[in-house]
Amino acid sequence: MEAGTATTTRRAVPYIGAARRRWGEDLIKGILFLAALISVLTTTGIVISLLRETVVFFQSVGLGDYLIGTKWTPTFQPASFGVLPLLVGTFLITGIAMVVAVPLGIGSAIYLSEYARPRVRRTIKPILELLAGVPTIVFGYFALTYFTPNILQDILHLRVDVFNALSAGIIMGFMIVPTVASISEDALTAVPQSLREGAFALGASRLQVSLRVVFPAALSGVVASVVLGVSRAVGETMIVLVAAGQIASMSADPRGPHYTITSFIGAIAKGDIPTGSVEYKTIFALGMTLFLITLAMNLISIRFVRKYRQVYE
Amino acid sequence: MLLLGVLLVDVVRDGIGQLSFDFLTSFSSINAKQAGIEAALTGTIWLMAVCAAFIVPVGVATAIYLEEYADNDRWWNRLIEVNIQNLAAVPSIVYGILGLAFLVRGPLSLGNVVLAGGLTLGLLVLPVVIIAGREAIRAVPASIREGSLALGATKWQTIWRQVLPASIPGIATGVILALSRAIGETAPLIVVGAATFLAFNPSGLDSSFTALPIQIFDWISRPSNDINNYKPLAAGGILVLMILLMAMNSIAIWLRNRYEQKW
Repeated sequence: MEAGTATTTRRAVPYIGAARRRWGEDLIKGILFLAALISVLTTTGIVISLLRETVVFFQSVGLGDYLIGTKWTPTFQPASFGVLPLLVGTFLITGIAMVVAVPLGIGSAIYLSEYARPRVRRTIKPILELLAGVPTIVFGYFALTYFTPNILQDILHLRVDVFNALSAGIIMGFMIVPTVASISEDALTAVPQSLREGAFALGASRLQVSLRVVFPAALSGVVASVVLGVSRAVGETMIVLVAAGQIASMSADPRGPHYTITSFIGAIAKGDIPTGSVEYKTIFALGMTLFLITLAMNLISIRFVRKYRQVYE
Repeated sequence: MLLLGVLLVDVVRDGIGQLSFDFLTSFSSINAKQAGIEAALTGTIWLMAVCAAFIVPVGVATAIYLEEYADNDRWWNRLIEVNIQNLAAVPSIVYGILGLAFLVRGPLSLGNVVLAGGLTLGLLVLPVVIIAGREAIRAVPASIREGSLALGATKWQTIWRQVLPASIPGIATGVILALSRAIGETAPLIVVGAATFLAFNPSGLDSSFTALPIQIFDWISRPSNDINNYKPLAAGGILVLMILLMAMNSIAIWLRNRYEQKW
């Protein structure tokens, strides 16, 4: 019944239910809090597991050798643990991917937000979302079996190996386009219409308004999308593992095979790895490197997003 | 968009001849003509079941906690939120490493089994469920909650009987999106130890397993010669995977449209 109803003749002391806390409610809150903690535990777990083995790794391999060495041969005798070839591979492929993804992504975003009619928008956006949902191994398959032989070798007559970084990089670029495009488009549509209308009123053409008014206003959001795209590219494994081959090379020539940090982890992990062995430890050291790189980039991109959100408040 | 079209056409052309009932019900084999995806398909289904069993309670509970109970002035609640955002951006292979260190070896030492694989995938997509769940719960208007409380219900009764039922479509959409992400993930499964050549269905949570993306990966990696051509097998596997994905996404879209409530 209603607690504390205003019929004063009923009771001497009105019973207010809230005065006595139900312990069940607190129990529920506790259980839910524990569930939320799982996400914190995940991060702690990631950091601890990476850190533990990385520390052990660096007890036998010098940090200098790791960072500056140019040969990555952990399974040879004597082993060499220079991570530079893997970094070269990672950033070479990421660079190629961004050369593809940035113009296409930002271009699509500008088109969708400034030029496209609502009906066109409604058809293109779902297609972009579809592209974003394709498993990366499908992209890898496409790069290896179709793009390299047909496009690169037959149509463009480029002399590339079967496994090459160029193919992986370009296809990875296509994979990242939806990420760049959708975040940039959000940034562009967030620009208040009054800015555009003011520019039009002053006689600017549509192109001028898009490129010189709207785009600079949304710049920090666009930059955030690019940084996020880079972060995705660096962390992507399957496209590279399938299409870019398994050679740790210092050369910046994209026509040959290249290991990246991620594809090396994947290739090593495919076999049986005894706990505590050299290969086991390299997985963690590389994983730590990867985690730090992507974490730094994600924090940078969050900074940019916060900056652009404030501009209109 | 053009690229997607070309990709699809190519895959369909290569793979369509491969699809047949035999394909679905045979196991992988060296003889390309006899190989099929049954082990991979059942493995994937097992993994999705474990994954869903993990992410639904944990994800929904976390979403409820963050939306209904957490006081944002407390530092630990803000930490949880920032944490979830960071987790959503960690590369998937790092989750595989986490699974390897804690679930397969290390403290839990489950081995390269279905449970470890499913949990690893669950951790990977948990942020998706949490974020979608929070949106769904947030969309329930305050008047519903206030009406319930005014009638004397406790906070938990309000949530359990009013807010949650109203947000189920949004949560379900989130779970389906999470699963469709998990179904295509290959890298974490490689690190966690999914077998690439397996000729039996998983026998339980503690059995070794393979999965559809892993099987595709295995077939892609094998060199083809005239006797055994693995390319169509990979294409067929990809087609099955894409069909599954499209089915899941269609269900999600249908759910969203059918049960979308305008408050």
